[in-house]
Amino acid sequence: MIGRLVWENITHRPLRTMLSVLMIAVPVTLILTLIGLSTGFVEDSRRRQNGVGADILVKPRGASIVGFSNSTMPVSLVAKLATEPHVAQAMGQVIATIGGFDAIMGIDPAAFDRMSGGFVFLSGHPLSGPDDLLIDSWYADQRHVQAGGKLNLLNHQWTVAGIVEPGKLGHIFAQIVPLEEVEGGGSGYVSQIYLKLDDKAHTNEVIGALRKKYDEFPIVSMEELQSLISVDKVPLLSTFLLVVEGIGVVIGFLVVSLSMYMAVLQRTREIGILKSLGATKGFIMGLILAEAFFLGLGGTIFGIIFSYGSAGIIHRAMPASLPVAIVYAWWPISGAIAMGAALLGALYPGAIAVRMDPIEALAYE
Amino acid sequence: MSSVPIIQIRDLRKVYGTGKIAVEALRGVNLDVAKGEFLSIVGPSGSGKSTLFHIVGGLTPPTSGQVIVAGEDVSKVGDAGRTELRRKWVSFVFQKFNLLPNLTARDNIRVALHISGKGDGGFTAEFTKIVDLLAIAGRLDHKPAEMSGGEQQRVAIARALATGPAILLADEPTGNLDTANSLAVLTLLRDLNSRLGQTILMITHNVEAAEYGHRTVHMRDGRIVEN
Repeated sequence: MIGRLVWENITHRPLRTMLSVLMIAVPVTLILTLIGLSTGFVEDSRRRQNGVGADILVKPRGASIVGFSNSTMPVSLVAKLATEPHVAQAMGQVIATIGGFDAIMGIDPAAFDRMSGGFVFLSGHPLSGPDDLLIDSWYADQRHVQAGGKLNLLNHQWTVAGIVEPGKLGHIFAQIVPLEEVEGGGSGYVSQIYLKLDDKAHTNEVIGALRKKYDEFPIVSMEELQSLISVDKVPLLSTFLLVVEGIGVVIGFLVVSLSMYMAVLQRTREIGILKSLGATKGFIMGLILAEAFFLGLGGTIFGIIFSYGSAGIIHRAMPASLPVAIVYAWWPISGAIAMGAALLGALYPGAIAVRMDPIEALAYE
Repeated sequence: MSSVPIIQIRDLRKVYGTGKIAVEALRGVNLDVAKGEFLSIVGPSGSGKSTLFHIVGGLTPPTSGQVIVAGEDVSKVGDAGRTELRRKWVSFVFQKFNLLPNLTARDNIRVALHISGKGDGGFTAEFTKIVDLLAIAGRLDHKPAEMSGGEQQRVAIARALATGPAILLADEPTGNLDTANSLAVLTLLRDLNSRLGQTILMITHNVEAAEYGHRTVHMRDGRIVEN
Protein backbone atom coordinates (compact mmCIF):
# COMPACT_ATOMS: atom_id res chain seq x y z
CA MET A 1 0.00 0.00 0.00
CA ILE A 2 2.86 2.35 0.83
CA GLY A 3 4.44 1.65 -2.55
CA ARG A 4 1.11 2.45 -4.20
CA LEU A 5 0.80 5.71 -2.28
CA VAL A 6 4.37 6.73 -3.17
CA TRP A 7 3.86 5.78 -6.81
CA GLU A 8 0.58 7.74 -7.03
CA ASN A 9 2.29 10.75 -5.43
CA ILE A 10 5.12 10.58 -7.96
CA THR A 11 2.84 10.18 -10.97
CA HIS A 12 0.19 12.64 -9.81
CA ARG A 13 2.30 15.62 -10.91
CA PRO A 14 4.31 14.20 -13.79
CA LEU A 15 5.87 17.49 -14.88
CA ARG A 16 7.24 18.28 -11.42
CA THR A 17 8.46 14.71 -11.07
CA MET A 18 10.10 14.77 -14.50
CA LEU A 19 11.82 18.09 -13.80
CA SER A 20 13.14 16.78 -10.48
CA VAL A 21 14.38 13.58 -12.11
CA LEU A 22 16.09 15.53 -14.90
CA MET A 23 17.70 17.92 -12.43
CA ILE A 24 19.06 14.99 -10.42
CA ALA A 25 20.25 13.44 -13.69
CA VAL A 26 22.48 16.49 -14.32
CA PRO A 27 25.11 15.75 -11.64
CA VAL A 28 24.98 12.03 -12.46
CA THR A 29 25.70 12.87 -16.11
CA LEU A 30 28.40 15.32 -15.05
CA ILE A 31 30.12 12.75 -12.84
CA LEU A 32 29.90 9.92 -15.38
CA THR A 33 31.09 12.14 -18.24
CA LEU A 34 34.11 13.45 -16.35
CA ILE A 35 34.96 9.99 -15.06
CA GLY A 36 34.54 8.75 -18.63
CA LEU A 37 36.88 11.46 -19.91
CA SER A 38 39.59 10.79 -17.35
CA THR A 39 39.30 7.03 -17.79
CA GLY A 40 39.18 7.36 -21.56
CA PHE A 41 42.28 9.52 -21.51
CA VAL A 42 44.12 7.02 -19.32
CA GLU A 43 43.02 4.02 -21.37
CA ASP A 44 43.99 5.78 -24.61
CA SER A 45 47.44 6.63 -23.18
CA ARG A 46 47.96 3.04 -22.06
CA ARG A 47 46.85 1.67 -25.42
CA ARG A 48 49.17 4.01 -27.32
CA GLN A 49 52.16 3.27 -25.08
CA ASN A 50 51.48 -0.43 -25.47
CA GLY A 51 51.35 0.03 -29.23
CA VAL A 52 54.97 1.20 -29.33
CA GLY A 53 56.15 -2.37 -28.75
CA ALA A 54 58.98 -1.30 -26.43
CA ASP A 55 60.05 -2.90 -23.13
CA ILE A 56 61.76 0.02 -21.40
CA LEU A 57 61.31 3.81 -21.42
CA VAL A 58 64.14 6.23 -20.67
CA LYS A 59 63.13 9.81 -19.87
CA PRO A 60 65.31 12.93 -19.64
CA ARG A 61 66.82 14.15 -16.39
CA GLY A 62 64.16 15.74 -14.14
CA ALA A 63 61.26 14.65 -16.35
CA SER A 64 58.15 13.04 -14.96
CA ILE A 65 57.61 9.42 -16.00
CA VAL A 66 53.96 10.12 -16.79
CA GLY A 67 53.10 13.11 -18.99
CA PHE A 68 54.90 15.45 -21.32
CA SER A 69 57.78 17.69 -20.32
CA ASN A 70 60.10 20.13 -22.05
CA SER A 71 63.19 18.24 -20.89
CA THR A 72 65.36 16.64 -23.56
CA MET A 73 68.44 14.46 -23.81
CA PRO A 74 71.13 14.17 -26.48
CA VAL A 75 70.31 12.01 -29.47
CA SER A 76 73.75 10.39 -29.08
CA LEU A 77 72.35 8.57 -26.05
CA VAL A 78 70.14 6.53 -28.38
CA ALA A 79 73.16 4.93 -30.05
CA LYS A 80 74.86 4.40 -26.68
CA LEU A 81 71.83 2.65 -25.20
CA ALA A 82 71.55 0.48 -28.29
CA THR A 83 74.88 -1.08 -27.41
CA GLU A 84 73.85 -2.09 -23.90
CA PRO A 85 73.50 -5.83 -23.21
CA HIS A 86 70.16 -7.38 -24.24
CA VAL A 87 69.04 -4.14 -25.97
CA ALA A 88 67.89 -5.15 -29.44
CA GLN A 89 66.80 -1.70 -30.51
CA ALA A 90 66.81 1.87 -29.15
CA MET A 91 64.50 4.49 -30.59
CA GLY A 92 64.60 8.21 -29.84
CA GLN A 93 61.46 10.25 -30.05
CA VAL A 94 60.65 13.96 -29.99
CA ILE A 95 57.44 15.33 -28.48
CA ALA A 96 56.17 18.71 -29.66
CA THR A 97 53.09 19.81 -27.73
CA ILE A 98 50.52 21.73 -29.73
CA GLY A 99 48.09 22.68 -26.98
CA GLY A 100 45.84 20.84 -24.56
CA PHE A 101 46.72 17.17 -24.40
CA ASP A 102 47.75 17.03 -28.07
CA ALA A 103 51.28 16.64 -29.36
CA ILE A 104 53.12 15.82 -32.55
CA MET A 105 55.29 12.74 -32.12
CA GLY A 106 58.59 13.08 -33.92
CA ILE A 107 59.73 9.62 -35.02
CA ASP A 108 62.30 7.90 -37.16
CA PRO A 109 59.82 6.05 -39.43
CA ALA A 110 62.08 3.08 -40.11
CA ALA A 111 62.96 2.61 -36.43
CA PHE A 112 59.35 3.03 -35.38
CA ASP A 113 58.17 0.46 -37.92
CA ARG A 114 60.79 -1.99 -36.68
CA MET A 115 59.86 -1.55 -33.02
CA SER A 116 56.09 -1.31 -33.27
CA GLY A 117 55.43 -3.47 -36.29
CA GLY A 118 54.47 -0.44 -38.35
CA PHE A 119 51.32 1.58 -38.86
CA VAL A 120 48.18 0.17 -40.40
CA PHE A 121 47.35 2.61 -43.16
CA LEU A 122 43.72 3.45 -43.83
CA SER A 123 44.67 5.81 -46.65
CA GLY A 124 47.70 7.66 -48.03
CA HIS A 125 51.35 6.70 -47.72
CA PRO A 126 54.20 6.70 -45.13
CA LEU A 127 56.19 9.78 -44.10
CA SER A 128 58.57 10.81 -46.88
CA GLY A 129 58.84 14.58 -47.35
CA PRO A 130 59.84 17.08 -44.60
CA ASP A 131 56.30 18.54 -44.39
CA ASP A 132 54.60 15.18 -44.25
CA LEU A 133 52.37 14.33 -41.34
CA LEU A 134 50.70 11.06 -40.42
CA ILE A 135 47.54 11.24 -38.34
CA ASP A 136 45.35 8.54 -36.90
CA SER A 137 41.70 8.19 -37.90
CA TRP A 138 40.47 9.80 -34.63
CA TYR A 139 42.47 12.97 -35.28
CA ALA A 140 41.42 12.91 -38.93
CA ASP A 141 37.76 12.78 -37.82
CA GLN A 142 38.36 15.54 -35.28
CA ARG A 143 39.97 17.85 -37.84
CA HIS A 144 37.80 16.70 -40.75
CA VAL A 145 40.85 16.13 -42.91
CA GLN A 146 41.78 13.38 -45.40
CA ALA A 147 45.04 12.09 -46.83
CA GLY A 148 46.50 14.78 -49.06
CA GLY A 149 44.84 17.51 -47.01
CA LYS A 150 46.64 20.34 -45.22
CA LEU A 151 46.97 21.00 -41.49
CA ASN A 152 48.45 24.07 -39.85
CA LEU A 153 50.21 23.06 -36.64
CA LEU A 154 52.98 24.94 -34.79
CA ASN A 155 52.50 27.74 -37.35
CA HIS A 156 53.60 25.39 -40.08
CA GLN A 157 51.65 24.08 -43.04
CA TRP A 158 51.80 20.28 -43.05
CA THR A 159 50.56 17.83 -45.65
CA VAL A 160 48.68 14.82 -44.37
CA ALA A 161 50.58 12.02 -46.06
CA GLY A 162 48.48 9.23 -44.62
CA ILE A 163 45.80 8.26 -42.15
CA VAL A 164 46.55 5.31 -39.87
CA GLU A 165 44.68 3.19 -37.34
CA PRO A 166 44.83 4.65 -33.80
CA GLY A 167 46.64 3.00 -30.90
CA LYS A 168 50.35 3.58 -31.49
CA LEU A 169 52.31 6.17 -29.49
CA GLY A 170 50.26 9.25 -30.46
CA HIS A 171 47.68 10.71 -32.79
CA ILE A 172 49.99 12.89 -34.96
CA PHE A 173 53.40 11.92 -36.35
CA ALA A 174 56.18 13.71 -38.21
CA GLN A 175 59.81 12.95 -38.92
CA ILE A 176 62.17 14.04 -36.13
CA VAL A 177 64.45 16.47 -37.99
CA PRO A 178 61.74 18.51 -39.78
CA LEU A 179 59.75 18.66 -36.52
CA GLU A 180 62.79 19.97 -34.62
CA GLU A 181 63.28 22.62 -37.32
CA VAL A 182 59.64 23.71 -37.09
CA GLU A 183 59.90 23.88 -33.30
CA GLY A 184 63.07 25.96 -33.61
CA GLY A 185 64.67 24.45 -30.53
CA GLY A 186 67.75 23.12 -32.30
CA SER A 187 68.51 19.58 -33.31
CA GLY A 188 70.39 16.69 -31.77
CA TYR A 189 67.99 16.12 -28.90
CA VAL A 190 65.17 13.69 -28.15
CA SER A 191 62.33 13.81 -25.61
CA GLN A 192 62.45 10.14 -24.65
CA ILE A 193 64.01 6.87 -25.71
CA TYR A 194 62.26 3.52 -26.07
CA LEU A 195 64.26 0.29 -25.75
CA LYS A 196 63.28 -3.10 -27.11
CA LEU A 197 65.09 -6.07 -25.59
CA ASP A 198 66.14 -9.30 -27.19
CA ASP A 199 64.10 -11.05 -24.51
CA LYS A 200 61.46 -9.42 -22.35
CA ALA A 201 62.52 -11.67 -19.46
CA HIS A 202 65.68 -9.55 -19.07
CA THR A 203 63.71 -6.36 -18.41
CA ASN A 204 64.43 -6.05 -14.68
CA GLU A 205 68.05 -7.03 -15.12
CA VAL A 206 68.57 -4.43 -17.86
CA ILE A 207 66.73 -1.72 -15.91
CA GLY A 208 68.93 -2.43 -12.88
CA ALA A 209 72.07 -2.13 -14.95
CA LEU A 210 70.91 1.04 -16.73
CA ARG A 211 69.86 2.74 -13.50
CA LYS A 212 73.39 2.19 -12.15
CA LYS A 213 75.02 3.47 -15.28
CA TYR A 214 72.63 6.33 -16.13
CA ASP A 215 71.41 7.18 -12.64
CA GLU A 216 70.32 10.71 -13.59
CA PHE A 217 67.65 9.45 -16.02
CA PRO A 218 64.28 8.10 -14.94
CA ILE A 219 64.07 4.57 -16.37
CA VAL A 220 61.00 2.35 -16.15
CA SER A 221 59.68 -0.79 -17.74
CA MET A 222 56.66 -0.36 -19.98
CA GLU A 223 54.67 -2.54 -17.56
CA GLU A 224 55.53 -0.16 -14.73
CA LEU A 225 54.62 2.78 -16.94
CA GLN A 226 51.24 1.19 -17.66
CA SER A 227 50.55 0.85 -13.94
CA LEU A 228 51.58 4.49 -13.37
CA ILE A 229 49.09 5.73 -15.98
CA SER A 230 45.93 5.69 -13.85
CA VAL A 231 43.47 8.19 -12.46
CA ASP A 232 44.60 7.46 -8.89
CA LYS A 233 48.25 8.17 -9.72
CA VAL A 234 47.53 11.65 -11.06
CA PRO A 235 47.06 13.81 -7.94
CA LEU A 236 45.31 16.74 -9.64
CA LEU A 237 42.92 14.40 -11.45
CA SER A 238 41.95 12.66 -8.22
CA THR A 239 41.28 16.01 -6.54
CA PHE A 240 39.33 17.17 -9.58
CA LEU A 241 37.12 14.07 -9.45
CA LEU A 242 36.51 14.58 -5.73
CA VAL A 243 35.40 18.15 -6.44
CA VAL A 244 33.06 16.91 -9.19
CA GLU A 245 31.56 14.32 -6.83
CA GLY A 246 31.10 17.05 -4.22
CA ILE A 247 29.34 19.26 -6.76
CA GLY A 248 27.13 16.29 -7.67
CA VAL A 249 26.12 15.80 -4.04
CA VAL A 250 25.39 19.52 -3.57
CA ILE A 251 23.30 19.78 -6.76
CA GLY A 252 21.42 16.56 -5.96
CA PHE A 253 20.81 17.76 -2.40
CA LEU A 254 19.52 21.18 -3.47
CA VAL A 255 17.34 19.83 -6.28
CA VAL A 256 15.66 17.18 -4.17
CA SER A 257 15.36 19.48 -1.20
CA LEU A 258 13.59 22.11 -3.29
CA SER A 259 11.49 19.55 -5.11
CA MET A 260 10.41 17.77 -1.94
CA TYR A 261 9.84 21.08 -0.18
CA MET A 262 7.45 22.03 -2.98
CA ALA A 263 5.87 18.58 -2.81
CA VAL A 264 5.34 18.88 0.93
CA LEU A 265 3.76 22.32 0.51
CA GLN A 266 1.53 21.08 -2.30
CA ARG A 267 0.49 18.11 -0.20
CA THR A 268 -0.03 19.91 3.09
CA ARG A 269 -3.70 18.94 3.14
CA GLU A 270 -2.91 15.32 2.24
CA ILE A 271 -0.37 15.15 5.06
CA GLY A 272 -3.10 16.50 7.35
CA ILE A 273 -5.45 13.75 6.14
CA LEU A 274 -2.82 11.07 6.82
CA LYS A 275 -2.26 12.53 10.28
CA SER A 276 -6.00 12.52 10.97
CA LEU A 277 -5.97 8.82 10.05
CA GLY A 278 -3.32 8.26 12.73
CA ALA A 279 -0.20 8.20 10.54
CA THR A 280 2.91 8.34 12.72
CA LYS A 281 5.86 10.67 12.16
CA GLY A 282 7.88 7.70 10.92
CA PHE A 283 5.17 6.82 8.40
CA ILE A 284 5.10 10.34 6.94
CA MET A 285 8.89 10.69 6.92
CA GLY A 286 9.06 7.27 5.28
CA LEU A 287 6.72 8.42 2.50
CA ILE A 288 8.82 11.53 1.80
CA LEU A 289 12.09 9.56 1.84
CA ALA A 290 10.66 6.80 -0.36
CA GLU A 291 9.57 9.41 -2.88
CA ALA A 292 13.03 11.01 -2.79
CA PHE A 293 14.60 7.58 -3.24
CA PHE A 294 12.60 6.98 -6.40
CA LEU A 295 13.40 10.48 -7.70
CA GLY A 296 17.09 9.72 -7.07
CA LEU A 297 16.75 6.35 -8.80
CA GLY A 298 15.04 7.96 -11.79
CA GLY A 299 17.72 10.65 -11.88
CA THR A 300 20.42 7.99 -11.84
CA ILE A 301 18.85 6.07 -14.72
CA PHE A 302 18.40 9.21 -16.81
CA GLY A 303 21.90 10.38 -15.86
CA ILE A 304 23.36 7.12 -17.15
CA ILE A 305 21.37 7.45 -20.39
CA PHE A 306 22.48 11.07 -20.79
CA SER A 307 26.12 10.09 -20.16
CA TYR A 308 25.93 7.95 -23.31
CA GLY A 309 24.68 11.03 -25.14
CA SER A 310 27.44 13.28 -23.80
CA ALA A 311 30.08 10.61 -24.54
CA GLY A 312 28.75 10.33 -28.08
CA ILE A 313 28.86 14.09 -28.60
CA ILE A 314 32.40 14.39 -27.20
CA HIS A 315 33.62 11.43 -29.23
CA ARG A 316 32.11 12.86 -32.38
CA ALA A 317 33.64 16.30 -31.74
CA MET A 318 37.12 15.46 -30.37
CA PRO A 319 37.82 11.74 -30.49
CA ALA A 320 41.60 12.21 -30.39
CA SER A 321 41.98 15.09 -27.93
CA LEU A 322 39.23 13.97 -25.55
CA PRO A 323 38.93 10.19 -25.67
CA VAL A 324 35.94 9.20 -23.55
CA ALA A 325 34.97 5.84 -22.09
CA ILE A 326 31.78 4.46 -20.52
CA VAL A 327 32.81 3.41 -17.02
CA TYR A 328 30.23 0.88 -15.76
CA ALA A 329 31.90 0.66 -12.35
CA TRP A 330 30.86 4.26 -11.69
CA TRP A 331 27.15 3.66 -12.34
CA PRO A 332 26.45 2.42 -8.80
CA ILE A 333 28.79 5.05 -7.33
CA SER A 334 27.11 7.95 -9.13
CA GLY A 335 23.74 6.39 -8.27
CA ALA A 336 24.68 6.20 -4.61
CA ILE A 337 25.82 9.84 -4.71
CA ALA A 338 22.55 10.94 -6.36
CA MET A 339 20.33 8.90 -4.06
CA GLY A 340 22.32 9.85 -0.98
CA ALA A 341 21.95 13.51 -1.92
CA ALA A 342 18.25 12.99 -2.69
CA LEU A 343 17.59 11.38 0.70
CA LEU A 344 19.63 14.07 2.44
CA GLY A 345 17.69 16.75 0.56
CA ALA A 346 14.38 15.17 1.58
CA LEU A 347 15.16 15.22 5.30
CA TYR A 348 14.33 18.88 5.86
CA PRO A 349 11.04 18.85 3.91
CA GLY A 350 10.28 15.56 5.65
CA ALA A 351 10.88 17.19 9.03
CA ILE A 352 8.50 20.02 8.04
CA ALA A 353 5.83 17.48 7.08
CA VAL A 354 6.31 15.54 10.31
CA ARG A 355 5.98 18.69 12.43
CA MET A 356 2.86 19.96 10.65
CA ASP A 357 -0.11 20.71 12.86
CA PRO A 358 -2.87 18.38 11.60
CA ILE A 359 -5.61 21.00 12.05
CA GLU A 360 -3.70 23.65 10.09
CA ALA A 361 -2.78 21.08 7.46
CA LEU A 362 -6.40 20.01 7.04
CA ALA A 363 -7.47 23.66 6.69
CA TYR A 364 -4.83 24.30 3.98
CA GLU A 365 -6.30 25.27 0.62
CA MET B 1 -26.86 2.39 23.93
CA SER B 2 -24.78 1.69 27.05
CA SER B 3 -24.89 3.87 30.14
CA VAL B 4 -21.10 3.69 30.35
CA PRO B 5 -19.59 6.93 29.02
CA ILE B 6 -17.03 6.40 26.29
CA ILE B 7 -16.13 10.09 26.41
CA GLN B 8 -15.82 11.99 29.67
CA ILE B 9 -14.95 15.67 29.56
CA ARG B 10 -14.32 17.67 32.72
CA ASP B 11 -13.66 21.43 32.99
CA LEU B 12 -12.07 21.45 29.54
CA ARG B 13 -10.34 24.67 28.53
CA LYS B 14 -8.46 25.63 25.43
CA VAL B 15 -6.64 28.90 24.89
CA TYR B 16 -5.08 29.80 21.54
CA GLY B 17 -2.20 32.30 21.57
CA THR B 18 -0.74 34.03 24.60
CA GLY B 19 -0.88 37.40 26.36
CA LYS B 20 -3.07 40.07 24.80
CA ILE B 21 -3.85 38.00 21.72
CA ALA B 22 -4.95 34.95 23.71
CA VAL B 23 -8.33 33.57 22.63
CA GLU B 24 -10.31 31.34 24.96
CA ALA B 25 -11.95 28.80 22.65
CA LEU B 26 -13.26 26.53 25.41
CA ARG B 27 -14.14 27.83 28.87
CA GLY B 28 -14.77 24.87 31.13
CA VAL B 29 -16.73 22.28 29.16
CA ASN B 30 -18.21 19.26 30.94
CA LEU B 31 -19.76 16.47 28.87
CA ASP B 32 -20.35 12.72 28.93
CA VAL B 33 -21.05 10.68 25.81
CA ALA B 34 -22.38 7.17 26.26
CA LYS B 35 -21.11 4.24 24.25
CA GLY B 36 -23.40 3.78 21.25
CA GLU B 37 -24.81 7.29 21.51
CA PHE B 38 -25.33 9.58 18.51
CA LEU B 39 -24.67 13.05 19.92
CA SER B 40 -25.09 16.26 17.98
CA ILE B 41 -23.25 19.40 18.99
CA VAL B 42 -24.80 22.57 17.64
CA GLY B 43 -23.55 26.11 17.80
CA PRO B 44 -22.68 29.15 15.74
CA SER B 45 -19.23 29.83 14.34
CA GLY B 46 -16.73 30.54 17.13
CA SER B 47 -18.80 28.68 19.72
CA GLY B 48 -15.94 26.22 20.33
CA LYS B 49 -17.59 23.13 18.85
CA SER B 50 -14.78 22.52 16.35
CA THR B 51 -12.15 22.94 19.07
CA LEU B 52 -14.00 20.42 21.22
CA PHE B 53 -14.14 18.06 18.24
CA HIS B 54 -10.39 18.45 17.61
CA ILE B 55 -9.48 17.78 21.24
CA VAL B 56 -11.70 14.70 21.51
CA GLY B 57 -10.19 13.45 18.23
CA GLY B 58 -6.65 13.99 19.46
CA LEU B 59 -5.83 16.55 16.78
CA THR B 60 -4.82 19.15 19.37
CA PRO B 61 -4.11 19.04 23.11
CA PRO B 62 -6.28 20.86 25.66
CA THR B 63 -4.87 23.73 27.71
CA SER B 64 -6.37 22.27 30.90
CA GLY B 65 -9.07 19.93 32.08
CA GLN B 66 -9.62 16.24 31.58
CA VAL B 67 -10.71 14.35 28.46
CA ILE B 68 -11.08 10.60 28.77
CA VAL B 69 -11.69 8.83 25.47
CA ALA B 70 -12.17 5.06 25.51
CA GLY B 71 -10.52 4.94 28.93
CA GLU B 72 -7.47 6.97 27.89
CA ASP B 73 -6.89 10.41 29.40
CA VAL B 74 -6.15 12.36 26.23
CA SER B 75 -5.17 15.46 28.21
CA LYS B 76 -2.17 13.64 29.66
CA VAL B 77 -0.69 12.11 26.52
CA GLY B 78 1.75 13.70 24.13
CA ASP B 79 1.79 13.86 20.36
CA ALA B 80 2.54 10.14 20.01
CA GLY B 81 -0.33 9.29 22.35
CA ARG B 82 -2.77 11.44 20.38
CA THR B 83 -1.55 9.81 17.14
CA GLU B 84 -2.31 6.41 18.69
CA LEU B 85 -5.77 7.64 19.73
CA ARG B 86 -6.49 8.61 16.11
CA ARG B 87 -5.11 5.34 14.83
CA LYS B 88 -6.97 3.05 17.22
CA TRP B 89 -10.05 4.67 18.70
CA VAL B 90 -11.46 7.54 16.68
CA SER B 91 -12.19 8.22 13.02
CA PHE B 92 -13.15 11.43 11.29
CA VAL B 93 -15.67 12.45 8.69
CA PHE B 94 -15.02 16.01 7.53
CA GLN B 95 -17.13 18.61 5.80
CA LYS B 96 -14.68 18.67 2.86
CA PHE B 97 -14.53 14.85 2.67
CA ASN B 98 -10.71 14.92 2.84
CA LEU B 99 -10.08 11.93 0.62
CA LEU B 100 -6.57 11.55 -0.79
CA PRO B 101 -7.01 12.86 -4.33
CA ASN B 102 -4.36 10.63 -5.94
CA LEU B 103 -5.97 7.41 -4.79
CA THR B 104 -9.12 5.52 -5.70
CA ALA B 105 -11.89 5.12 -3.13
CA ARG B 106 -10.69 1.57 -2.48
CA ASP B 107 -7.10 2.71 -1.91
CA ASN B 108 -8.26 5.55 0.35
CA ILE B 109 -9.89 2.91 2.54
CA ARG B 110 -6.88 0.61 2.30
CA VAL B 111 -4.53 3.42 3.42
CA ALA B 112 -6.66 3.91 6.53
CA LEU B 113 -6.59 0.16 7.19
CA HIS B 114 -2.81 0.08 6.69
CA ILE B 115 -2.20 2.99 9.05
CA SER B 116 -4.46 1.46 11.70
CA GLY B 117 -2.38 -1.73 11.50
CA LYS B 118 -5.33 -3.84 10.36
CA GLY B 119 -3.74 -4.90 7.09
CA ASP B 120 -4.50 -3.49 3.70
CA GLY B 121 -5.59 -6.61 1.86
CA GLY B 122 -9.18 -7.43 1.00
CA PHE B 123 -12.18 -6.07 2.88
CA THR B 124 -13.76 -8.23 5.58
CA ALA B 125 -17.28 -9.59 5.06
CA GLU B 126 -18.49 -7.23 7.77
CA PHE B 127 -16.96 -4.23 6.04
CA THR B 128 -18.29 -5.32 2.66
CA LYS B 129 -21.79 -5.08 4.20
CA ILE B 130 -21.02 -1.51 5.23
CA VAL B 131 -19.83 -0.74 1.70
CA ASP B 132 -23.14 -2.13 0.40
CA LEU B 133 -25.08 -0.14 2.96
CA LEU B 134 -23.27 3.01 1.81
CA ALA B 135 -23.98 2.06 -1.83
CA ILE B 136 -20.42 2.73 -2.99
CA ALA B 137 -19.45 -0.76 -4.19
CA GLY B 138 -19.60 0.42 -7.79
CA ARG B 139 -17.49 3.52 -7.09
CA LEU B 140 -14.56 1.91 -5.29
CA ASP B 141 -12.21 2.07 -8.26
CA HIS B 142 -12.87 5.73 -8.96
CA LYS B 143 -10.77 8.63 -7.76
CA PRO B 144 -12.42 11.42 -5.74
CA ALA B 145 -12.45 13.80 -8.70
CA GLU B 146 -14.63 11.29 -10.56
CA MET B 147 -17.26 11.15 -7.83
CA SER B 148 -20.07 13.44 -6.69
CA GLY B 149 -19.91 15.16 -3.32
CA GLY B 150 -22.41 12.69 -1.87
CA GLU B 151 -20.37 9.73 -3.11
CA GLN B 152 -17.16 11.21 -1.75
CA GLN B 153 -18.75 11.70 1.64
CA ARG B 154 -20.04 8.12 1.68
CA VAL B 155 -16.51 6.90 0.82
CA ALA B 156 -15.18 9.08 3.64
CA ILE B 157 -17.70 7.43 6.01
CA ALA B 158 -16.65 3.99 4.76
CA ARG B 159 -13.00 4.87 5.32
CA ALA B 160 -13.81 6.10 8.82
CA LEU B 161 -15.67 2.88 9.67
CA ALA B 162 -13.16 0.52 8.02
CA THR B 163 -10.85 0.57 11.02
CA GLY B 164 -13.68 -0.23 13.45
CA PRO B 165 -13.28 2.91 15.58
CA ALA B 166 -14.86 3.25 18.99
CA ILE B 167 -15.99 6.76 18.09
CA LEU B 168 -16.91 8.35 14.77
CA LEU B 169 -16.37 12.10 14.79
CA ALA B 170 -18.29 13.93 12.07
CA ASP B 171 -17.50 17.61 11.47
CA GLU B 172 -20.32 19.25 9.51
CA PRO B 173 -20.65 16.10 7.36
CA THR B 174 -23.42 17.65 5.27
CA GLY B 175 -21.89 21.10 4.98
CA ASN B 176 -20.80 20.62 1.37
CA LEU B 177 -23.78 18.58 0.20
CA ASP B 178 -27.10 19.41 -1.41
CA THR B 179 -30.34 18.65 0.41
CA ALA B 180 -30.85 15.16 -1.05
CA ASN B 181 -27.30 14.04 -0.34
CA SER B 182 -27.42 15.65 3.12
CA LEU B 183 -30.51 13.64 3.99
CA ALA B 184 -28.91 10.46 2.62
CA VAL B 185 -25.72 10.95 4.70
CA LEU B 186 -27.63 11.81 7.89
CA THR B 187 -29.89 8.78 7.41
CA LEU B 188 -26.80 6.63 6.89
CA LEU B 189 -25.20 7.90 10.07
CA ARG B 190 -28.37 7.16 12.00
CA ASP B 191 -28.58 3.67 10.43
CA LEU B 192 -24.95 2.95 11.24
CA ASN B 193 -25.55 4.03 14.80
CA SER B 194 -28.68 1.93 15.22
CA ARG B 195 -27.44 -1.15 13.31
CA LEU B 196 -23.82 -1.25 14.45
CA GLY B 197 -24.09 0.60 17.76
CA GLN B 198 -21.47 3.02 16.46
CA THR B 199 -20.83 5.97 18.79
CA ILE B 200 -21.13 9.15 16.76
CA LEU B 201 -20.24 12.70 17.75
CA MET B 202 -21.47 15.10 15.09
CA ILE B 203 -20.96 18.82 15.08
CA THR B 204 -23.21 20.97 12.95
CA HIS B 205 -24.68 24.44 12.80
CA ASN B 206 -27.83 22.97 11.29
CA VAL B 207 -30.52 22.27 13.91
CA GLU B 208 -32.47 19.97 11.57
CA ALA B 209 -29.36 17.83 10.98
CA ALA B 210 -28.76 17.71 14.71
CA GLU B 211 -32.18 16.11 15.21
CA TYR B 212 -30.87 12.89 13.66
CA GLY B 213 -28.91 12.27 16.87
CA HIS B 214 -30.22 10.93 20.17
CA ARG B 215 -29.27 14.08 21.95
CA THR B 216 -28.24 17.61 21.06
CA VAL B 217 -25.80 19.80 22.94
CA HIS B 218 -25.77 23.54 22.23
CA MET B 219 -22.57 25.53 22.54
CA ARG B 220 -21.91 29.26 22.67
CA ASP B 221 -18.77 31.24 23.51
CA GLY B 222 -16.81 28.17 24.47
CA ARG B 223 -19.39 26.77 26.84
CA ILE B 224 -22.23 24.24 26.72
CA VAL B 225 -25.35 26.31 27.16
CA GLU B 226 -28.00 23.64 26.68
CA ASN B 227 -27.70 19.86 27.10
